[in-house]
Amino acid sequence: MNKIVDAVIIGGGPAGLAAAMSLKKNGIDKILISEREDYLGGILMQCIHNGFGLHRFNEELTGPEYAERYMNFVEEADIEVYKNSCTIDIIDDGDNKTVYMMSEVLGLIRVTTKVVIFAMGCRERNRGNIAIPGSRPAGVMTAGLAQKMVNRYGYMPGKEVVILGSGDIGLIMARRMTWEGAKVKAVVEVQPYPGGLNRNIVQCLNDFNIPLYLSHTVTNINGNNRITSVDIAPINEFREPDIKEQFTLTCDTLLLSVGLIPENELSQKVGVILDNVTSGPLVDANLMTNIPGFFACGNVLHVHDLVDFVSEESETCGKNAADYIKSCLSLDKEIPLKPGHLVRYVLPTKVEAGKKALISLRAIAPAEDVTLYIKAGDKVLFKKKHKKIFPSEMQRIVIDEVPSDAETLDVLFE
Amino acid sequence: MSDKFDVIVIGCGVVGAAIARELSRYKIKVAVLEKEADVSFGTSKANSGIIHGGFHSTPGSMKAKLVVPGNRKFDRLCDELDFPFERRGELMVAFSEDDVRILHTYYSRGKENKVPYLELLGRDRVMEMESELNPDVQGALFAPTAGIICPYEYCFSLIANAQENGVELFLNSRVSWIGKNHSDQFEVETEKGCKFSADFVINAAGLFADEIANFVGLSTFKITPRKGEEYLLDRRVSTLVNRVIFPVPSSSSKGMLVIPTVDGPVMVGPTALDIDNKTDFSTTRAGLQEVFSQAQKMVPSIRTSDIITSFVGLRPASTVGDFILGKTTVDGFINAAGIESPGLTASPAIAEYIRDVLIKEELRLELKSDFEPKRKKLFTRVRHLIDNRKFDEFDKLVNENKDYSKLICRCENVTEAEIVAAVRNGHHTLDGVKFATRAGTGRCQAGFCTPRIMEIISREAGIPLEKITKKGAGSEVIPYPLKKGSGDE
Repeated sequence: MNKIVDAVIIGGGPAGLAAAMSLKKNGIDKILISEREDYLGGILMQCIHNGFGLHRFNEELTGPEYAERYMNFVEEADIEVYKNSCTIDIIDDGDNKTVYMMSEVLGLIRVTTKVVIFAMGCRERNRGNIAIPGSRPAGVMTAGLAQKMVNRYGYMPGKEVVILGSGDIGLIMARRMTWEGAKVKAVVEVQPYPGGLNRNIVQCLNDFNIPLYLSHTVTNINGNNRITSVDIAPINEFREPDIKEQFTLTCDTLLLSVGLIPENELSQKVGVILDNVTSGPLVDANLMTNIPGFFACGNVLHVHDLVDFVSEESETCGKNAADYIKSCLSLDKEIPLKPGHLVRYVLPTKVEAGKKALISLRAIAPAEDVTLYIKAGDKVLFKKKHKKIFPSEMQRIVIDEVPSDAETLDVLFE
Repeated sequence: MSDKFDVIVIGCGVVGAAIARELSRYKIKVAVLEKEADVSFGTSKANSGIIHGGFHSTPGSMKAKLVVPGNRKFDRLCDELDFPFERRGELMVAFSEDDVRILHTYYSRGKENKVPYLELLGRDRVMEMESELNPDVQGALFAPTAGIICPYEYCFSLIANAQENGVELFLNSRVSWIGKNHSDQFEVETEKGCKFSADFVINAAGLFADEIANFVGLSTFKITPRKGEEYLLDRRVSTLVNRVIFPVPSSSSKGMLVIPTVDGPVMVGPTALDIDNKTDFSTTRAGLQEVFSQAQKMVPSIRTSDIITSFVGLRPASTVGDFILGKTTVDGFINAAGIESPGLTASPAIAEYIRDVLIKEELRLELKSDFEPKRKKLFTRVRHLIDNRKFDEFDKLVNENKDYSKLICRCENVTEAEIVAAVRNGHHTLDGVKFATRAGTGRCQAGFCTPRIMEIISREAGIPLEKITKKGAGSEVIPYPLKKGSGDE
């Protein structure tokens, strides 16, 4: 089957939905969303806890409720969606791009389009990626997979749980498994500070007296058919596990919440260049990748901690993509952003002179009593005091007008 | 009551499967008993997948006698059974003058073992062949006839073809007793209480071959597990090497290798450590460090950050130090034991050797006129079509079977059609489906496709989700339904 559209959005999660909405609102009608599951909404649909939407809607919503707001728009606006459809390849011919999809219903589909928006999200780092020593029994799985099993399928992977990594999904699952009658014995975090948001530490661990072992790691997985226990050891000053202090916790489940990786295998297949720090595409001020007509937004671009920011970023991306289709995407003078003291990355890496700029950044390490600055030379464009900063909390800043005479913008904590 | 066979093969790794397939040519009744939930789940699944040239083995040993003939049979086997096999060649690389001297020793060994086309190469030739090698390399021994295969696919295809030709396979059948009845036939009992009888028992029980031999009163050898840890790297770095790269070996092992696999990703390992416990499949920090520090000496650009998974294999090293093949003092009890490296390479030759032993032991072997050497094709691998952008061919495939357009594992591009075929062919565990189709072997390590594969197993095999296992009883993935009847979301 062949098809011609203006924009293909790969992924129907929060990023893809927001980008689609924004394209439509900016006058683009021929939009196609390709979603590989049989439902829209992405990972939000397994996040049945609340806490979504505080920034975007000034309300506290569950994941499915948050997704529904965008899904309703997509439905009412008659935006075409292919569910159970997986994009397998993209060929870039300059003005036109051919996207190949496999769909359960339609077979192989060749879609010709002017614009492709990458909105594939991310995947969880797994046991192999961090090479945890030990045996390979059942009962070891990523926290997100466990969340799907519990919330969408109605099955518990086990009853005695240890969680490695204090990422947000792991924290949420500590509470979820406890609510379903499991005993969560420990959350183990290799860093000296938690990987997830502070509110989740309080609401998911502290409220249930679940111990959090900072600067500890799992040194061994035991059990043949099913996991029977894990060995845990503190990390010494050489950043190695201190085996003398090792102890064992019996368990039938080990959940891993050890980070997320943007899923860019498809982008790389087309030739998109990735940023070493974020593992997402390098994008310009318009969120366009190094290949004209290919945009990226949401967790495929960089891992967010709040879906509200994903939506905001994706709506901006959709608007820029609409401008590109209408041949009025401007990029007069780009000004590079330079990450400075305590800044792990800034995104995008360039902003446009004279325009409003939306800047995301993360700290490289926790710190106290610091001030975030964005400066053009000596001129301070933005300044905000922070009592505490954590790498787990993304900072989101709006600069109303980027000064046209700036050479670079420095982003730093002081 | 017991099922009566001419031959019972105990163990369905590559050795048992190769023997079963060889015997399926003849008009005899053959049963294969496997203790695990699927074939090749023991030592075979963790094999490095190398079809060796044959210069490692000590001349005169059974290993040396069978490795070169075994190697030679793989072209035809690959053609008949349709498993991936590529003659990439192997290089033993030298980094010092001492190493170069050792290369010469292995060169003469290889010549004595009749390894064809062996060649000693100088530095420049080696660097030309493998550009990622450490430039300090001083030379190499090259065996172009060496190849790579997927060990479990090889095992699956052998047993599948054997079954197509009448062999009966019994999974989850751990032998718990062997005796002889009044008509001097073997009686074999399994843990589940099933009984089988036969005139001949072939002991291809790998790690447990010594325990099987003990059942009939034989204690002529002992098997010690020799642990090997291997690490699989991301597909992204699959072009690191084209050939199998060996260091100059130490006394106890072939050393750490860098191994291209037929599926693309590069593998590094294995360690070699004698242990006591036959069920210790744990990887270790020390193993990881050993593997990478040694592999990086040969190929400096190998990085631990590219690891996607790791595993352990236990080699069945015997006190004999060589393959233990042939008849025993117990009439009709035949060993195919102690099969460590180069056992995979030698396996087709071992199968023929065992067949000849049976003939000498007066088992009447008459060729079947209807033996079908070609394995029935289970499914088409969609990944190969996608990788090569053969979209028209893919279109045709989808028109025949719609399930080919339902992508389940997107890291490795495995479709529902492939998984359904594997489940219908008897692979009912997640690991079984994984080995048969590659679903779940990719970079996300089944993070996304696990529930969907479980749904397919459940539907096709009629197993409730909570009973589906990773690798057999006791390894259920989601054993506790939240409430009854809440199985479908």
